Amino acid sequence: MGVISEAIKEMEGYKLHVVTTEKFKTNTIVWKMKAPLTKEDVTQRALLPHVLQSSTASYPTTAKLRSYLDELYGANMFVDVSKKGEYQIISMSIEIANEKFLSDATPLLSKGLELLAEMVRNPLAENGTFNHETVEKEKRTLKQRIQSVFDDKMRYANFRLVEEMCAGEPYALPVNGELEAVDQIDAKSLYDYYQKAFAEDELDLYVIGDVSSQEVESIASGLFRFAQRTPKETNTLNRVSGEAKTIKEKQDIKQGKLNIGYRTNIKYGDQDYNALQVFNGIFGGFSHSKLFLNVREKNSLAYYVASRLESHKGLMMVMSGIEFENFDLAVKIIKEQMEAMTNGDFTDEEIEQTKAVIENQLLETVDTARGMVELLYHNVVSKVTVPLDDWLNGMKNTTKDEIIAVANKINLDTVYFLTGMEAAE
Amino acid sequence: MEKIAFEQLNEELFYEKLENGLDVYILPKKGFNKTYATFTTKYGSIDNHFKPLGKNEYVKVPDGIAHFLEHKLFEKEDGDVFQQFSRQGASANAFTSFTRTAYLFSSTSNVEKNLETLMDFVQEPYFTEKTVEKEKGIIGQEITMYDDNPDWRLYYGVIENMFKNHPVKIDIAGTRESISHITKDMLYECYHTFYHPSNMLLFVVGAIEPKEIMTQIKANQAKKEFSAQSEIERQFESEIEEVAEKKQVLKMNVQTPKCILGIKAAPANLKGQEMLKHELSTNIMLDILFGKSSEGYTELYGEGLIDDTFSYDFSQEQGFGFAMVGGDTPDPEKLVEKVTAILLKAKEGSIFNEEQLGRARKKKIGAFLRAINSPEYIANQFTRYAFNEMDLFEVVPVLESITIGDIQAAAADLIDEKRFTVCQVVPK
Repeated sequence: MGVISEAIKEMEGYKLHVVTTEKFKTNTIVWKMKAPLTKEDVTQRALLPHVLQSSTASYPTTAKLRSYLDELYGANMFVDVSKKGEYQIISMSIEIANEKFLSDATPLLSKGLELLAEMVRNPLAENGTFNHETVEKEKRTLKQRIQSVFDDKMRYANFRLVEEMCAGEPYALPVNGELEAVDQIDAKSLYDYYQKAFAEDELDLYVIGDVSSQEVESIASGLFRFAQRTPKETNTLNRVSGEAKTIKEKQDIKQGKLNIGYRTNIKYGDQDYNALQVFNGIFGGFSHSKLFLNVREKNSLAYYVASRLESHKGLMMVMSGIEFENFDLAVKIIKEQMEAMTNGDFTDEEIEQTKAVIENQLLETVDTARGMVELLYHNVVSKVTVPLDDWLNGMKNTTKDEIIAVANKINLDTVYFLTGMEAAE
Repeated sequence: MEKIAFEQLNEELFYEKLENGLDVYILPKKGFNKTYATFTTKYGSIDNHFKPLGKNEYVKVPDGIAHFLEHKLFEKEDGDVFQQFSRQGASANAFTSFTRTAYLFSSTSNVEKNLETLMDFVQEPYFTEKTVEKEKGIIGQEITMYDDNPDWRLYYGVIENMFKNHPVKIDIAGTRESISHITKDMLYECYHTFYHPSNMLLFVVGAIEPKEIMTQIKANQAKKEFSAQSEIERQFESEIEEVAEKKQVLKMNVQTPKCILGIKAAPANLKGQEMLKHELSTNIMLDILFGKSSEGYTELYGEGLIDDTFSYDFSQEQGFGFAMVGGDTPDPEKLVEKVTAILLKAKEGSIFNEEQLGRARKKKIGAFLRAINSPEYIANQFTRYAFNEMDLFEVVPVLESITIGDIQAAAADLIDEKRFTVCQVVPK
């Protein structure tokens, strides 16, 4: 089908990925930095991109930097920190108008790349230290970001499940870092970390849009040059699940949040990953899935109930919002659906339906530039390059027996329930 | 079929009004895998007081019924429409807003079948007492989910403060109590009143051939009978100009306080180009005051009063409108004081200059280009604009026509302390 054609080029210290497509009115530039998730670095990594995007040497205040972005037809710049398996990924993105659609012919792509280079290579710093005020302001915001997970109960329940389930594993570390660690960071120590990260991280630059790969390469080679490196790897050690545990926590809330974690023991790039994806679709990924039909439509217990995969860590999470007193019933129904899966109690029609929807989902993902980058970046994280066509074909060729085999590899690990103060024990 | 070309944007839009009154728009998107379609009725949570089709008396219906109807339309005698869409490789959904209910699917294959399913399931209601009862549990959980969400409570808290009589102050999903009164007959009554093709708009965007799609839609509609419908009569009680409540503090299980300053728009009944210009001017004005490159933002962020969650927005529909400014803050009182000061100073008008306007305009033009990468944005926004007699593709020309005078007028029009209100969520 050839749905994406990605040109990859080894550059000085990083890889350049260019996807040429005419479907967008904008060009998207994404800078990715990958390093193992560690307690030592997690908070500094969460802070770093926010400091880099708040000012640079040439645009020494946020107002000046943002004014310049406005001038570039509202170039959209944002940073993000995420977990992919046991790696912590920093992303810095700029989405900028393609001047072809404007009455003004300023070459915006090169301006966008120049600005990104300015942010990563020329931060507001002196004598080996970042600007003190900038770092302090961003530390304050980081603390608020860390605390905000408590206020969104759906996010909180998921965060707590991971914390309990993966206790002792790097994956339990919160993506935005740890509150206690924020105050130990200062403008000097963060600058040291910045240098370390740019010397050691695995670096990737993605450019998506109506661009020529030669042109992008020639601009990028002049702007981005780093020392060669051998990126650090992690060995995701999956704790063998023993007895499944149940954890209940009480808070002053109105709806119980039920989050259940399973170990799938299968990761992206593994042979049976395709079957796992189909499994998840039949079990809980969609509105035709067993969880939706049985928990919501048949028993009216919930408005939302779904399962999703953490592909690089080998986890599957189920989440639902229910009445406090329906905990036992909901858990029982969810377990029954899992049992049905392991017993092969699902039809060919369910399989076909699920495959059709997954194919649709993958094809839709590449209709957005960010979706395309995320899809392609799986290959970097897993070190296994799976072209989208192969992924689609592999998924479509999955058999019922393979799905049953996958179901039998999945272990229940932790049931977490955030319940109300007045709920019975 | 009429063709409208937008040369600068390299897009073409196809339009036809069908005999039964349905407005159909088709926009082919080159290079995309997916097709996205929305089938929308101009019927939302505010339409709770009206003359049912063929009757002479006004009725009032329970809060949350438009949203309830949206849920129930997916259920048919032979099962759930979600199942059918997924067999056809599509993902389907729906949403209800203050003024609209939209049904949609997106798919990268079987577009024709999916489009047929969309038109048929929306135009063939099937409600029974039993399925209506079953839905009360599900929607009850949806309502409780939002009860625990502080941002949602804050947002609706501000709207509730603003309006004394207008039904926009009612939660779209209603309450567990209000939905308990809903019956299948009420659903049919609302359905027949508001789901007539002449009150609806179908938008299809994506990997499609416009002619074929139009032919299919016409054939589908020609098979169905609709009695002619006169103008729908809705009633809205008169609304006061000032806000109903100046302040509301909600105590919730949160660690960080949240605060929004809301401004109720001055009474106006704008539509079309005038409404578009007013909406864009007001948004540019707020951008100049509170955007990341503004003095106001720099000050608020520098003092630690705001963080990433800070936002501002102005939205309007026929009969109501409001602006909101705020987010998470350690000190809600101080944030309100500062934001109020920035607004009142802006009302004088002398603070705006050409440089700021030029920058804000460029930013909005870029944002528009970014937005029209998205089939979802095009279909949903086009529909909202069309229901207000505005044209989405006029955004750039109108942005280019806005002057400092328009920005000053927008500030003078919006900013008035008697229409300010505050809602806070604070830790228990």
